[in-house]
Amino acid sequence: MQDRQQTGGGGSTVSRRAFLQGSGAAVAATAVATGATEVVAEANKPARLKSAKAQKVVLTVNGKEHTLMIEPRVTLLEALRNDLNLTGAKEVSNVSNDGADTVIIDGKAVYASTRLAIEVEGKNITTVEGLSEGKNVDEVITAFVKHDATQCGYCTPGFVVAVRAFLNKNPGANLEQIHKGLGGNLCRCGTYAGVTAAAVELCKKGGA
Amino acid sequence: MADETTREFSWGPREENVLIGKDIQRIDGIAKATGKAKYTADINTPGTLFAKLLTSNQAHAKIKLLNIEPAKAIPGVRAVYVFPTAFDVETGESKEIRWDGAPIVAVAADRPEIAADGVRAIEIQYEPLPFFVNEEDLEGAQQAQEETGEKRIKKLPKSSKGDVEAAQSEAAVVHTGYYGIHTISHCCLEPHGSHCEWDGDEKLDVHLSTQNVSGTPGQFAGPLGLEQSAVEVIGNYEGGGFGSKFAADEWGLACAVLAKEAGKPVRLMLDRATDLKVAGTRPSGFIEITIAADAEGNIVSWDSNLWGSSGMAGGTVSPNQIPYVFDFPNVNRNATGLICNTGPNRAWRAPPHPQLCALTQTAMDDVAAKLQMDSYDLFMNNLQHVSKAFKERSEVYAEEMKIAAEMIDWKGKWHPHGKGGGKGAVKRGLGMALHTWGGGAGPCTCLLKIHPDGSVETFLGSQDLGTGTRTVIAIVMAETFGLTLDDVKVNLGSSKYPKSGASGGSITVGGVSSAHRMAAQSALWKIFDLVAAKYNVGADTLSAKGGQILSSGKPVCSWKQAAALVGPMPLEIQGATEKEGLTSSRVGGVQMVDVSVDTETGKVSINDFVCVQDCGLIIDELTARSQVLGGMIMGISYALTEERIMDNKTGRYMNADLENYKLPRIGDIGNLQVKMYQPASEYNRGVVGLGEPPVISPGAAISNAVANAIGVRVPVLPLTPQRVLDALQKGGAA
Repeated sequence: MQDRQQTGGGGSTVSRRAFLQGSGAAVAATAVATGATEVVAEANKPARLKSAKAQKVVLTVNGKEHTLMIEPRVTLLEALRNDLNLTGAKEVSNVSNDGADTVIIDGKAVYASTRLAIEVEGKNITTVEGLSEGKNVDEVITAFVKHDATQCGYCTPGFVVAVRAFLNKNPGANLEQIHKGLGGNLCRCGTYAGVTAAAVELCKKGGA
Repeated sequence: MADETTREFSWGPREENVLIGKDIQRIDGIAKATGKAKYTADINTPGTLFAKLLTSNQAHAKIKLLNIEPAKAIPGVRAVYVFPTAFDVETGESKEIRWDGAPIVAVAADRPEIAADGVRAIEIQYEPLPFFVNEEDLEGAQQAQEETGEKRIKKLPKSSKGDVEAAQSEAAVVHTGYYGIHTISHCCLEPHGSHCEWDGDEKLDVHLSTQNVSGTPGQFAGPLGLEQSAVEVIGNYEGGGFGSKFAADEWGLACAVLAKEAGKPVRLMLDRATDLKVAGTRPSGFIEITIAADAEGNIVSWDSNLWGSSGMAGGTVSPNQIPYVFDFPNVNRNATGLICNTGPNRAWRAPPHPQLCALTQTAMDDVAAKLQMDSYDLFMNNLQHVSKAFKERSEVYAEEMKIAAEMIDWKGKWHPHGKGGGKGAVKRGLGMALHTWGGGAGPCTCLLKIHPDGSVETFLGSQDLGTGTRTVIAIVMAETFGLTLDDVKVNLGSSKYPKSGASGGSITVGGVSSAHRMAAQSALWKIFDLVAAKYNVGADTLSAKGGQILSSGKPVCSWKQAAALVGPMPLEIQGATEKEGLTSSRVGGVQMVDVSVDTETGKVSINDFVCVQDCGLIIDELTARSQVLGGMIMGISYALTEERIMDNKTGRYMNADLENYKLPRIGDIGNLQVKMYQPASEYNRGVVGLGEPPVISPGAAISNAVANAIGVRVPVLPLTPQRVLDALQKGGAA
């Protein structure tokens, strides 16, 4: 129990911190850009944790409150996908560094698998589903389609959310900033050129 | 009735196309970008259980003890399945575990974390057996075979023609070199897996992440003792396949059995490590080559000794396809497969052309270096040796080389190998390579319906891997009927629809586009006959454009009025692949790249990378370019960073995670430029597939550019900083 409280963000927290400190600048830049280091910053905060058993967790997702009965070890990504059926965020790897699970928590892009659901109670969580309502879709989505920034599409929702969070903070970013800021998301099909084109166009419009 | 001779299946005049050949946004783009597209991994029907696997941590072993009871005892665990390939539950006998990551037990539980508890609770003990995993080490394999008596060496057929020795003795230059390319994994972002749901004991619905919707029901039905008609395979969206998702797979069957046993739907997706280890790899190849040329760089002989591994099958890249693209007058080829305790290989995008290209065209480039020749000139001079099988493409190669050279300013930037000068540690260099692929039209059938209200839809058991299959079909139907993309609906991804071939070999676009053009033209001619009779105009004067039926260019009626003439029920037409007049096969393609190499760190960066690609008639240029860009980026990946690393001490796959299995990120790809080569001669060939060719050349092109930059060959791909520094230490222009 004590261990769990100390690690807070799950077992990966400590190793991620060590990894970030010991690895190249590109990886660090990636993590900074997507807010993954936020986990490190909050690692020592006591979590609201009474037992390891399933308990009530209230999540605020896309402006709506959801009450779940889940164990503290359930990650935000698992809760979103398996309990709330919000499957836009994807699970690509067990130790997340791929960005397919990117969500926005209180304005910051975060890998949803690096957070326990219980940790983010009371925070405002936006998933890709929150970026479109009916025909009203975020301009990032429109720009992705225009520039064909999607192939198989599995990384796409995470990339869309990462671009939205990045633009909110860097509405007039240049190419180098875009490359660094979006370095936290992996694509296997090779849609990077389309994603870059979409982000460049939106930055020219002031990050719309 | 119109004159039958005018009714041959064909594409329309290029200049009249409204949609075909234009930049058309993919019709499922919004579904994908909003997260609404449901992949297999997203299927959450009520009560769905989650399955996790216990896999082997041994490269070669027998199971001494396996106790699954502790897993079954955990509350929330609903079913446990022992893979018959690992352990025979009936007899209690172990099968031979032959590679790290082999599935042993699957546990299905109410929640994924409980399934993980179940996996952890299983007691297992192994009896380790000798293993061998070092696929680059030919001598080591021979030694291991002698020491253990286990077969590690598989001699592959030799071949030769002409007189290599005589050619070498008369040549101006003889070059001997060693080259290699390591095994990589497919690494689809959506892992392999399925969601299985039974309706009673007799009907099974399988959501499967597959490239083979029509071909997989039988793979479930047979082993499960079901009639094939009882299985429906559904694959609306697939998170990547690249050649690794043609089968139901043993974990697919496990999922179905677990679901039956638990009486609830089960979703079983491989974890990332297992997916990298056992769900598909591309074979390695290592080669010693002696190559001889005359003073103009015309290659006169080729002598190669190839080895490598595809795992326990003991193959390597196809020895008889080397040299690649070219066929020289005098050739000796020897090859050996190494039998390694590594996860099985599967077709990997353009198998095995990327390896063949990397092994062949790096050696050719070294001949240019030895002759102090411009590599461009050497490749151009050797176009006379393009393989007889596609000799006709040699003129296209020449044209594409000229275009690519202009795009990248080859003549302006070229310097002899290692002679770029510059005072800093960063050296720049140019490299090129060229490739070929078949890409004909695969089998496809479809059912096209024109409803009396004018709405149009089609049904086919194909799949869209992200290549744009849906969009291509919609474009062909809309273009043929003179409608918009919103007017036509594409239904694919169910094995209950008319059968369509697996998506592999770049043959899907040829199949689906020709089947739909054929069906749509057949339907349109029937409607023209109805319109002709009703409005008293000549059927052969009619055309369909802009939602109207025109006679010699003048409106006769709207599309909806015309469709209403089919009667109260829809007009249904069965389409099938129609090669004649609509499709062709065989493409070329040229890539050139400008790199920077930091001689202090060994890091290679892409500056500019261009591809000129032919592919016959292009249906959608936007998604076609995306295929090429994707191929180039995947190529950068295996050229620079991507590699399966086996541990010779433990036999395990050391980097089976996305931290250490390094794929490029958005800032790692440089400036990419794509030129689709499409003169009238290409349009007139009809549709040819494109998915695979652009991934072939990057390994050779990038390696050649690095060699040009630093004046020494980094012999083995990927060109990691360590390998670059090692090569520099042996002697280069540092």
